[in-house]
Amino acid sequence: MLCGVVGSGNLEILLNAGDLPNQCVVEIKTAARGFADTWQAVIGAFAAAHPAGGTRIAINDMGATPAVVSLRLAQALAEYQGGVQ
Amino acid sequence: MNPSLASRHSWFEATARKRVAGLLDPGSFSEVLPPAESSPSPHLAKLDLPGAFDDGIVIGCGQLGKKPIFVAAQEGQFIGGAVGEIHGAKLVGLLKWAVREKPAAVLLLIDSGGVRLHEANAGLIAISEIMRAVLAARAAGVPVLALIGGSCGAFGGMGIVARLCSAILMSEEGRLALSGPEVIETVAGVEEFDSKDRALVWRVTGGKHRYLMGDCAMLVEDEISAFRAAATAFLADWQEPTPSVGLLRATQRQLEHRLTAYGAYRDGLQIWAELGVKNPESVPLLDRDSLVALKEGLPT
Repeated sequence: MLCGVVGSGNLEILLNAGDLPNQCVVEIKTAARGFADTWQAVIGAFAAAHPAGGTRIAINDMGATPAVVSLRLAQALAEYQGGVQ
Repeated sequence: MNPSLASRHSWFEATARKRVAGLLDPGSFSEVLPPAESSPSPHLAKLDLPGAFDDGIVIGCGQLGKKPIFVAAQEGQFIGGAVGEIHGAKLVGLLKWAVREKPAAVLLLIDSGGVRLHEANAGLIAISEIMRAVLAARAAGVPVLALIGGSCGAFGGMGIVARLCSAILMSEEGRLALSGPEVIETVAGVEEFDSKDRALVWRVTGGKHRYLMGDCAMLVEDEISAFRAAATAFLADWQEPTPSVGLLRATQRQLEHRLTAYGAYRDGLQIWAELGVKNPESVPLLDRDSLVALKEGLPT
């Protein structure tokens, strides 16, 4: 499941089935350096708020804001789970 | 909300994937090398820049009016739709596959500033391979249509590719040229071309100008459904001509005439007046149907 585009202030998320049902593995490639803490917080909040276990998430980011990242993550998971059902 | 607004689907605003989905028969598209199987650009990775899983181009096959169609769509939001090595290889592969499979047509949804400068030589080679592959598909009897209506237009190498196609379908929002406005201004100075003057840019490169000049076969509304209807209608009447020296000579004569007649002009307004348009200033404000009627009324 792919959502988003690698455009200015945007990102793309590729979401696939992961290996472990209680784990969500996230790999991030980004143009913006020095935002590790922010990424940690956004991904942590996403994992706490959504049933994201059993997924592998790859992100290509072109400077998306935390709010955009959160929305795209929720969108990718919703579309993935909608497609699986 | 106004229901007519809610039911509009702008080509200009849509992503490459949305354009493909709305252009072909619903649900018929099957992607070749989808994001999970494709590779991002190794060149961008070396520069520590994020790539896109599909390298900025969606390719595959589907149906248009139940006829088999191959399609490639560039994503203008990703580095201006620029052509890198993998991006180009996907497009070349699709065109070579078309030579073998002979679909009813290949549709190129161009939205690109040209070569991806980060990939320099690989991007330039990719463009030349695309050019050769378009001509090979056409020589095999497969029409190749360029659809132009995205924010990046069709510039640089992709402008050349567009002109090598069987025909171009374009919206007013689309642009087509070789060197882009910023490039001309950088190289030749703002006196030569002011790239900030958006109205001028469209009067020289935009869809209406290209339609009046005969560079695009059809001018369409900025609607995904309008591009679908135009491509369907065009293909219904089109037979790919056998390549011949005679056809090339005729095109060459037309281009020479154009250079003699308009080469000294600096603005679309001057050319439209020369073409016989009574009020050239009104052209940018005309809607699509009025412009098509205007062109049909021009002396030939």
